[in-house]
Amino acid sequence: MSAPLLSLHAVSKNFGGLAVITDVSFEVPQGSRTALIGPNGAGKTTVFNLISGVFAPSEGEIRLEGQSIDALPSRSRIGLGVARSFQNIRLMPHLSVVENVMLGQQARAGNLAGMLTPISLFGRSKWRREAEDLLDRMGLSTYPGEVVATLPYGIRKKIEVVRALVAKPKILLLDEPAAGLNNTETANLRDFLMTISQSGVTLLVVEHDMSLVRSLCDHAVVLNFGRKIYDGSTRTVQDDPAVLEAYLGTRQAEKARTHAEADHVA
Amino acid sequence: MSGYWAGILSILAINVIFAYGIFLPVATGQLNLGGAGFQALGAYTAAYLSAMFGLPVPVTVGVGMVVAGVVGFLIAFPILRTRGVYLVLATFAFAEVVAGTILNSETLGGAMGMSVPAFIDWEIPVIVAGFVTLFVFYLMSTRFGLTMRATHDDEVVTDLMGVNIRMVQVCAFAIGGALAGLAGGLYAHSFSFVEIQSFNALVSIYVLLYVLLGGTQTAWGPLAGAAFFTLLPELLRTVLPQVKSFLAALVGIEEPVGPPDDSWRFVILGALTIAMMVLRPEGLITRTMIERLRFRRSSSAREQVA
Ligand SMILES: Nc1ncnc2c1ncn2[C@@H]1O[C@H](COP(=O)(O)OP(=O)(O)O)[C@@H](O)[C@H]1O
Ligand SMILES: [Mg+2]
Repeated sequence: MSAPLLSLHAVSKNFGGLAVITDVSFEVPQGSRTALIGPNGAGKTTVFNLISGVFAPSEGEIRLEGQSIDALPSRSRIGLGVARSFQNIRLMPHLSVVENVMLGQQARAGNLAGMLTPISLFGRSKWRREAEDLLDRMGLSTYPGEVVATLPYGIRKKIEVVRALVAKPKILLLDEPAAGLNNTETANLRDFLMTISQSGVTLLVVEHDMSLVRSLCDHAVVLNFGRKIYDGSTRTVQDDPAVLEAYLGTRQAEKARTHAEADHVA
Repeated sequence: MSGYWAGILSILAINVIFAYGIFLPVATGQLNLGGAGFQALGAYTAAYLSAMFGLPVPVTVGVGMVVAGVVGFLIAFPILRTRGVYLVLATFAFAEVVAGTILNSETLGGAMGMSVPAFIDWEIPVIVAGFVTLFVFYLMSTRFGLTMRATHDDEVVTDLMGVNIRMVQVCAFAIGGALAGLAGGLYAHSFSFVEIQSFNALVSIYVLLYVLLGGTQTAWGPLAGAAFFTLLPELLRTVLPQVKSFLAALVGIEEPVGPPDDSWRFVILGALTIAMMVLRPEGLITRTMIERLRFRRSSSAREQVA
């Protein structure tokens, strides 16, 4: 297996006295499609916040390509190749769709000359064209000039992915990208994420839709109450007793297991 | 042109520049209620250089602008650490410190004020206001402008996108301070006299109102706000007496009535302000409105081609 692109080493995070993440270690291999799953409140979004630098870990270390990134300010991380989307859509409501996407280019265009060159005054700048092309490829070409606040949920969810992608990241952290999408939209999203993955971008995806997880991801890490309870293939994740218990509770898990065994016997 | 109209044009131009000075920090989400302080810095710098050294107007006004900009840059670091209502109070306190300092300075004339020898006619403020307007439109069309607006909407995400939001806020605040100082310098030379009473808290409040009511999402907003609120009182000045005599005639008063009390203008202004806040909380000019106008124009152009 290739070297990990991203790795967490015994990471813990407390808010006041509340332990939200406890001693979590895992690796995201270069080029993989890794799922980060777990029941609500397990700490998945918090892990994303730690990786992107919204919060600093209370203990432990996060490494990108073997280098610790804990000392890096949050705004420098996207430039190193870590881009993310947000569970509760965090687009800028007063910016148009294309402007939101152009904001994602900041890490590549934010030098002094880049900051002072008009991007929307005289026709279409190269940055604007790039953003529009990417929106086009995502099937969002009908919206570029519209202000984001008024658009439907599913569309905004996709725009967030495009905004993260336009940063040309090495690793894309997606927090429940399919939440609120219907079956067709989810299938489209899956194909789109596959294309992104094939272009060499590593994916770390938080997702509740297990069929999407199984068809997209090869590797899964499962959290429960801030601890890692599973780290392995997505094929066997649903047979794992600890995972079943986390999702279904002890008694239900017992039942599910006896059912499965009965099926095997039959 | 009559002196009356020349005076109105000068004050309109100065208010537009001043409003842009407050607009820049507000567009990044920083309410600046210290406008009069920056304006006073520019005005007194220009007045002093003109009175003491007889320097030419471009120099006095230019230096006044730089002084206000540098002060804005320096105080931005501590001041922008505060948020919300504390930031508003901090900027307000800054203006009070400036006013207090000038009031107690004999060199600057204290409570007596200072006369400014070099006079400029209305054309100069109007031309400068034109350039400032173009400059702000340019600034808002750059990536810097984009990051300003993004910072206004969501600081956490803007930071994660790789934007140095502190740098953006400090720059917007300092450039805004410089523009307010520029407005002050032009004021000093247009009215040939500066006294600290004309840079009071009400001035800071009014200019912030121009900006908020005009709309903070595009560079059109401050232009509309400053124009509307500068011209409306003048309009009311002529319209109100007519309304009063009309009303008097309606209820059957035959003898000529005196002009209405001046304070009615402010009552109407206040009522309009509240109405605007209720009806258009995002300001008179919004982005959606501009987009719609632009869309209509481009689609009608397309129809003509077809
Ligand atoms: N900033 C915060 N302060 C205090 N508690 C927090 C904070 N962020 C998250 N938590 C808590 O951490 C736990 C995990 O939350 P989260 O990471 O959002 O879970 P998930 O994304 O897996 O549903 C929750 O109990 C939540 O209340
Ligand atoms: Mg979550």
